[in-house]
Amino acid sequence: MVGYSHYLILSAVLFTIGVFGVLLRRNLIIIFMSIELMLNSVNLSLVAISKFTQSADGQIFVFFVITVAAVEAAVGLAIIISLFRHKQTTAIDEINLMKG
Amino acid sequence: MWHNIIFWILSILCVGCALGVVWQRNPVVSAVFLVGSFVALAGLYLNLNAPFLAAIQIIIYAGAIMVLFVFVMMLLDLHHPLDLYFRFTKPKLPKYIVLGLFIWLLCTLILATAFPLAIPDKAQGFTVAQVAILLFSKYAFPFELTSLLLLIALVGGVVLAKKK
Repeated sequence: MVGYSHYLILSAVLFTIGVFGVLLRRNLIIIFMSIELMLNSVNLSLVAISKFTQSADGQIFVFFVITVAAVEAAVGLAIIISLFRHKQTTAIDEINLMKG
Repeated sequence: MWHNIIFWILSILCVGCALGVVWQRNPVVSAVFLVGSFVALAGLYLNLNAPFLAAIQIIIYAGAIMVLFVFVMMLLDLHHPLDLYFRFTKPKLPKYIVLGLFIWLLCTLILATAFPLAIPDKAQGFTVAQVAILLFSKYAFPFELTSLLLLIALVGGVVLAKKK
């Protein structure tokens, strides 16, 4: 029988895959996609808990998270474009202007 | 019964597509896998009686955001395939250990909570009308702030991406 715990564990697995992408990939665009994956996994747990508590507030939060994800994608991709114009690459090893 | 079968099919699809996103070397193929993962998640939302969010997930994520990603990939002209995933100088093992610890911690915490294992059949979802009433009454102010955020993103995107 599938319960709320299954949804939450699925959400945890997806979040970990997203963290994996951010830690181990070095292409800026794929790192961005992994961040979207993490946002989505949190959305899944919010929807499951919204059904568990029988209140629609969780769904409103998901609505706002999706809006912020769209905003983040727009601004982040604009930054990637201007970086690419500067350095001609999307590999994060090559982007070391700040010497971090 | 059907709830269980649909959950297992969609969750396997979702995790498989997510792994495809992080394992693929070609960013365009990763984007296609990400769309698959989003569609599977929309199915899971339907399974949880949240039809409004399933529609939003398809329209905004799989539609708008992924088109933006693919569009930017077209602009960037990534002809050399080169994700340097395999030419890795730093040791990877600590990262795998950290990831394993992370998922172990999350699963332990989830299993320690009091969420009942079975979803009761009487649990109802929410219709679009219920979500909308809540959004325009209790959350009206954050909703208006969202429009300001979108305006800022619009201006910021244009300023950042335009030629100097």
